[in-house]
Amino acid sequence: MSLRTEPMTVNVGPQHPSTHGVFRLRITFDGEEIVEVEPVFGYLHRGTEKLAEERNYVQIVTLTDRLDYVSSMINNQAYCLGVEKLLGVEPPPRAKYMRTIAAELQRVASHLMGIGFFLQDLGTLGTPLMYCFRMREKILDLFEMLCGARITVSYMRPGGVLDDAPAEFWPALDAFLEGFPSEFGEIEQLVLENEIVMVRTRGVSTLPLDVAINGSVSGPVLRASGLAWDWRKMDPYDAYADVEFDVPVAAGGDNYDRFWVRMQEVHQSIRIVRQCIQQIEPGPVRLALPLVLRPKPGAEAYGRVEASKGELAFYLVSDGGVSPYRMKIRSPSLINLTVTEHLLVGWKLADMIVTLGSMDINMGEVDR
Amino acid sequence: MTGQHLADRLAFGVPRAAQTWDETAIWVDPARMADVARFLREDPDLDFQFLNSITAVDFIGHLEIVYHLTSLIRQHTAVIKTRLYGREDLSLPSVIDTWKGADFQEREVWDLMGVHFQGHPNMKRIMLWEGFEGHPLRKDYL
Amino acid sequence: MSGLYQFIYETAVIILPSWTSHLVAGLSIMIILVNAVLMGAAVFVWMERRLIGRFHNRIGPNRWGPFGMFQPFADMLKLVFKEDIIPANADKPVFILVPIAMLMPVILMMAVVPFAQNTALANLNVGVLYVLAVTSVTTLAIFMAGWSSNNRFAMFGAARGVAVLISYEVPVVISLLGVVLVTGSMSLADVVSAQTVPFLLVQPLAFFVFLAGTSAELNRTPFDVAEAESELVAGYHTEFSGVKFALIQAAEFGGVAASAAVIVTLFLSGWAGPASAYLGWLWFLLKVGVIAFVFIWIRATYPRLRVDQIMALAWKFLLPLSLINLLAIVLEVFFLRDASGVLTTADLWIMAGINIVLAVSAIALFGSLISEKVSPNIWQPGAGLPEPTPAVAFPAREVR
Repeated sequence: MSLRTEPMTVNVGPQHPSTHGVFRLRITFDGEEIVEVEPVFGYLHRGTEKLAEERNYVQIVTLTDRLDYVSSMINNQAYCLGVEKLLGVEPPPRAKYMRTIAAELQRVASHLMGIGFFLQDLGTLGTPLMYCFRMREKILDLFEMLCGARITVSYMRPGGVLDDAPAEFWPALDAFLEGFPSEFGEIEQLVLENEIVMVRTRGVSTLPLDVAINGSVSGPVLRASGLAWDWRKMDPYDAYADVEFDVPVAAGGDNYDRFWVRMQEVHQSIRIVRQCIQQIEPGPVRLALPLVLRPKPGAEAYGRVEASKGELAFYLVSDGGVSPYRMKIRSPSLINLTVTEHLLVGWKLADMIVTLGSMDINMGEVDR
Repeated sequence: MTGQHLADRLAFGVPRAAQTWDETAIWVDPARMADVARFLREDPDLDFQFLNSITAVDFIGHLEIVYHLTSLIRQHTAVIKTRLYGREDLSLPSVIDTWKGADFQEREVWDLMGVHFQGHPNMKRIMLWEGFEGHPLRKDYL
Repeated sequence: MSGLYQFIYETAVIILPSWTSHLVAGLSIMIILVNAVLMGAAVFVWMERRLIGRFHNRIGPNRWGPFGMFQPFADMLKLVFKEDIIPANADKPVFILVPIAMLMPVILMMAVVPFAQNTALANLNVGVLYVLAVTSVTTLAIFMAGWSSNNRFAMFGAARGVAVLISYEVPVVISLLGVVLVTGSMSLADVVSAQTVPFLLVQPLAFFVFLAGTSAELNRTPFDVAEAESELVAGYHTEFSGVKFALIQAAEFGGVAASAAVIVTLFLSGWAGPASAYLGWLWFLLKVGVIAFVFIWIRATYPRLRVDQIMALAWKFLLPLSLINLLAIVLEVFFLRDASGVLTTADLWIMAGINIVLAVSAIALFGSLISEKVSPNIWQPGAGLPEPTPAVAFPAREVR
């Protein structure tokens, strides 16, 4: 028996409880099944690239905070690396370690948000999300000690970091590292082998490796598809060459794998921070650069980091002036969404929300 | 990978596509961009499977489209550039058939820089709304 | 005719004519019912919000009244003062009827629940059947809500809700047949007095099926697909605001309180307990509180299942379990009852022993049959990681 059905087009977003910001998807459903997807962006477009052409090199740091607002430290880092490549300078070793510590803490915070909202999208009533927020809160307290801000940190500068950490930062960091594994273990126990989480996410919205590479997907999403490609290993910047860490990979490329890779990366980040604390030595934290930087005309650089969402890069072109002639932001969230159609078509409405959660996009970065 | 090396390889696959090169990049003929892209990906020595980014820079006299590429197996990178002269009706072939990852980035270049990519299945504005006038990242847009 | 009705009528008839006395008695009963449900809903809302706060490592509402107890009234007051929006293309009469149709079954359900000895508002001799019939009306209300809103998310929610409700009705009814068989009566008062051993022990399988089925019918996690917040905005009640939303919420939370009361009556021996002749209401409320706590606990813990998985759970897991329970109860009653068809307390204990073993093994068996063969990932550090070479960095272009 076959029923005559009609497709139904629904706008999911820009106002929807779980599109992670103002993301809009025009979806055509056949019953509950998705037959067509069209992502629509731009609701949070603030013209950061154009704004950057009017600011000087140090001022732009504050613009980068507002891209992926749950991982501002890493945005700072990517931009500062770009400017340093443009100028051909290297920050002092202590600054490199400070940056690595800050960036890894930020990665933990960002992944915690990703994990929490992923589970929220699965329909938990906020319990895992609140657990994640509790841990993230402590990281934000540490950032407050470093630079006085919690979200829009602007902690890094071309040629180093804003300032050395205050004396009370190090015991606080030790206390955090002491308590974190057991707190994170709590949520791991809750969800990692939960039957309902497994049946909802295993084998759902799989992303084969060739599709992922062809779609320029990067970060945890790429690693969940089976390729251990991490720019911290491949193109070591700051202090990553001096620390040991593993790159977690999963083979399936389904929603569970993406979520699982993030859970494992949290452990690796904590490992990196521990090593940094042991290796860091006293010294200057900032190069004596002029306040207004003027790179040589015609210089260009591609400053790139492995951000929590993928490959984040700033392509900078200088004309010798006080502000960049062109700044292009390669935002991982936007480019990871290239494979949206492949991931969603053929799956159900309920899976769609979970898949979006497992991609861990941030609209501040998608729309810029 | 230096521009010299790229130009040598490219001479086999897509003859006379490379215009000029230096230590960091190679400039190719915009009209042959799609062929160049396909060769870059399929040539086993180059093997550029991964497109990092596409962007455009407005140099007033000309626009430069910049492609950053990475080979995941051979672990080298390349910067491909191409120049478009003039201000109006700029277009070049799309590389979306080679790299699906070019999809949103080409749309973004069209939206903000006004370079039309031929062969792109969905060439419309991405960040701004349909009906917006001008291309804001151009230097003459104030 | 229940004792309370009789009492009010006989008091009123001293000064009023007979027909007015009937009217007075009827209206009094109605007022008691509506207020009982609304108060039950309010208490349950407060309980849920406080407890979920604790589960979240939060404090929960604690501003107004002792321990924030008046929070539900503040919420209600706020909602009453909100603008009552009816969407332009909504089916207006149906849209307005929805909150009433939602609240009605909950109130009607409370009417037959015995709160203490001889204190049911109406002691129907078909009480069990009546409860089942009345709860089914919710299906209609949910579909009315989805249809009349002219909203696609609401329609999704309504379609899902109706499918879930109809599927779960079947195992719930079959599990209740066991209760009726042992009791030998459909009256809820008789069900309570028959429970010399609580039916939770006598028929654990039926209790399990009934609890799961009820939480599905009440749209609570892990079965809350009809209003799945993260997917469907708010499901079938997306378009409702103001007083209508308040009533729907009251119906929802009152529904949980009423269902907890029904579960207590059917499986936890209702008002029975030490000194139940005087303290019956206290035992009853305590037991209702325990069941409500279980509902909240489940809600705070589990993620949501997908709609097809929920259907599979109903038809492949709960239905066989309820049939096994029914078969076991039929055989046990057939062999254990005496000549007059009565089961003694000793018989009930024997049944409890058999059925607990049966329940554990049946749940384990069907649980392993239905559970999908999924396994967690195994940690493999850096598998397939190519050795990095420095050439991966893009060269910076320097101009001299």
